[in-house]
Parts: sequence; C-alpha cells; structure tokens
Amino acid sequence: MLYIKCPYCGLRAQKEFSYGGDATVKRPNINEEVSSEEWDNFVYMRKSPRGKHVELWQHIAGCRQWIKVQRDTATHEIFQTAKVTEEIR
Amino acid sequence: MQKYSVFSLIKNAFSNHQNWEVAWKDPTPKSEYDVVIIGGGGHGLATAYYLAKEHNIRNVAIIEKGWIGGGNVGRNTTIIRSNFMYDANARFNEFGMDLWRNLSQELNFNVMFSPRGILNLAHSDAQMNAYARRGNSMRLNGIDAKLLDREEVKKLIPMADFSDEVRFPIFGGLMQPSAGTARHDAVAWGYARQADDMGVDIIQHCEVTGFDVVNGKIKGIRTSRGDIKAKKVGLCVAGSTNILAEKLNMTLPIETHVLQACVSEPVKPLLDGVVTFGAGHFYISQSDKGEMVMGGDLDGYNSYAQRGNLPTIQHVLTGGLALFPFLSRLKMLRTWGGIMDMSMDGSPIIDKTHIEGLYLNCGWCYGGFKSTPVSGWTFAHTIAQDQVHELNSELRLNRFSTGHLLDEKGLGTKTWIG
Repeated sequence: MLYIKCPYCGLRAQKEFSYGGDATVKRPNINEEVSSEEWDNFVYMRKSPRGKHVELWQHIAGCRQWIKVQRDTATHEIFQTAKVTEEIR
Repeated sequence: MQKYSVFSLIKNAFSNHQNWEVAWKDPTPKSEYDVVIIGGGGHGLATAYYLAKEHNIRNVAIIEKGWIGGGNVGRNTTIIRSNFMYDANARFNEFGMDLWRNLSQELNFNVMFSPRGILNLAHSDAQMNAYARRGNSMRLNGIDAKLLDREEVKKLIPMADFSDEVRFPIFGGLMQPSAGTARHDAVAWGYARQADDMGVDIIQHCEVTGFDVVNGKIKGIRTSRGDIKAKKVGLCVAGSTNILAEKLNMTLPIETHVLQACVSEPVKPLLDGVVTFGAGHFYISQSDKGEMVMGGDLDGYNSYAQRGNLPTIQHVLTGGLALFPFLSRLKMLRTWGGIMDMSMDGSPIIDKTHIEGLYLNCGWCYGGFKSTPVSGWTFAHTIAQDQVHELNSELRLNRFSTGHLLDEKGLGTKTWIG
C-alpha cells in the first residue's frame, strides 16, 4: 500500500486516491493554432520514465482535490507532494 | 539436435537422465550480426525462430538482460484466445490460433496447448447485445463464437453464484470454444531450443546500454558485454520499451504499468476452461496442477516494479468472490506481478520506426502471451522484408496520429476512466 501525503489532509492510504497520470504533460493552449503533432504529443505520447515521475492523483475519497506527487516508479518511494498549482522541483 | 519423443525418454531413462543434450547453448556474443533481437521473452524468441525458419536469416542474436522466459512469458496467466471484434485484431490473433494448434509438433516441445474454451460472462441485457455483436463479428472472421443463455452457462459453471440476491446476476455469456491455455514456460523454451538449433545466439545476462545510430540508420548496440554491430535491430522488451526508447530519443504512446496475478492452493478439477467476470475485471482458470489461476486489474499507476500492492489483489478478488463464492474457502498460494507495455488504445504495435533498420514490437497490454507465435511471425516478416505484413498492417505506430485507433474495449493506460 502506498501512503500519500495530501497537502490538504495529511498522510492517507492510497485507497483514498485515484490516479491521474503524468503531471508534466501540458494541454496546448485553447484559442491558439495547435498542430497535429502537438495534439498527438499531448493525448498519446508519454515518457513513462523508470525512476522519478511527477504525477497527478486525486484525493477522491477525501478532500477531492487534485494533487501532484513525485514518486519513484521502480521503488514506489514518494519524495514530495504538492498542490496542483505548485511546482515540484 | 536430439529429438524429444517417448523413445528418447526411454533411452535416457537407462542413464538416469544424465545424458540429455543441453537445450540451448550459452554463446559469447559475436561482434556482428545480421539481426539483433533485444528481449529474450516469448515474442523475442519467437521472432528469432521465424526469422531463421521462414526467412532463412540465421546470423541472429537475442540479447536478454536477465534470463530467457523470466519476464512476462513466465508471469502471465497462460490464456490463448482470438475473441476480438475488430477485423485487424481478429485476423491477427486467429492466424495466431492456427500457429498455436500446431506448435507442439512444430517445436518438438509439448507446450500443452489445451483449447478448453473461454467464457465471457454478461450481467445485463446490454452486455448480452454487445456480446452478440462481438460474436457475430468473430464468426464473420471465421472464429468460433457461441452466445450462451443463463441456463447454458449454469451447466458449464454450476459453482458460480446463480442465486437471486446477487448484485450482478448472470444473464449469459459469449463462448469461444477454441480458446484455451498453454504452458507458458514451455513456449519460451520450445522456441529457444529450435532457434538455437538453427544458429541463433541466445545471449543472456547481457544488458543493452545504448544504440549506435548514424545518419538515421541503426549500426549496432552497446551492451554490458561489449558493442555488437547489427544491420537490423528489433525491440521486443514489453514493459522496458520506454527505457530503451529514451536511449533512442523516442517518445511512444506507451506507459508501463504493473499487472498482478495470483494462484490458490491446488484443488480437485472443478473449472474447465477460462471464465471472465463481466461486471468487474476478474478472470479465472484452473491449472493442470489444480491451482485456481486468477488475475484482473492493473495496479493503476505507472510502475516498473515487478511486484504489486495488496489493495489491487483485494479489489480483484472481491470481484472473484462475487462470482464464485467458493473461492473464500481457498488459501492463496502466491501473487506476483509483471510490467506491461500499455498502449494508449489497448492494441499492440508491430512496425518499422523512423530509424532505418530499427523495428518495434510493443504495446501488448494485458494480452501478450496469446499472441506470442503470431507476434514473432509477423515481426520476423517485418524485419526480414523491411515492410509490415498484411496481418500487422493496422498495428502501426502512426495510427495514433492518423486516428485509426484499435480501441477494442476502450482499455489502455487510463484505467481510472474505465
């Protein structure tokens, strides 16, 4: 079981969270010309690194906020969590 | 090569089975090969075998970081099926079924292919309609499919919960009688033994550390056991695809996730064939040893750990108990995990890449094992002829940008949506 420190609620079990994928993927700006390639990259292409990965989780059975988690995809160690508006370095 | 038969078995019994030939050699890597296959799993071994057999390309090496058959070909739940709705997936896998039917004879190795059928259960009228549609599509592609009603299902699996109180009553199911299971290790070993006999070098404990690409053309690979030149390189590394893609500066429509499976203690025969629960992600079969073999959902977050977490096992078995209450009396023997190359539409990719001489075989999601022979067969063709075969002409990398997705069941990486 992973234990994730929600920035709003504190340390909670993984079962309270729902996964939201790679947090570094940026949606192309609306109202601007978007090339097919940019759109493909946003929708389909993922780095999926082995090691440190910044990802989105939603505290679905808690405060329902989306948060960012920096986690090692090989060891599952969680280094840092942050509000979704904050940067993880 | 020594032929395996009842006579060789008797002959070797006289010498206490001490004088069997080794099944495959342990060569040191040569400095150059015509084709290097990275990944000594089922798909890599099958690719090398069909390169040698169908295309007479025998100066081939398989480079494996661990040992052959130690990854997903030894970790799956051994299910073989072709119950797909889309033409591309159906034709591809039905061609594979034909290869499976003859595989033990062809490899002179008993892969224990046992076509006992797969039954997908339906729990609503809508699901029955969807299965009728899928069954019709399958039959149009020459695949056997039977739509069973509740009573017919009850005859097959009387131990399922058919009471009135259940949350998801069984309405019926879709049966593919020709589907089944096989012994997964034997598939890897059988292909390895034949490939080795035809001159393929199986190089184990050799990690690929980099690639030699000059002017958009592959020249060779760098490994923990030295540089190897190669005219062509094929990637068959399942969950490690993104690790190698990063070394090639490629980004792929693939995420790596861990998928778990588990077996119970062995019990007397009670379940013939494979059964899938239609109201949750759970499937079950009984091994020849009597263990109930079960699996279900991904853990649901990117993972390269070849082990999973308990909440997913609990979730999967909750579905299992809803279907088969008798499971509550069984002890769990073991659980394990393998890392899946989850493609974004749930279908595989067998294709050339933008790098000349580099070929890609990935995106197998939950179901790589069943496609082992046909994956090897088509990938060998793609490498040897430098063009895709008709069978994998829709399993291409560019389908994501052209919009020709093969989103068979809306699976893929985004388990939180499904």
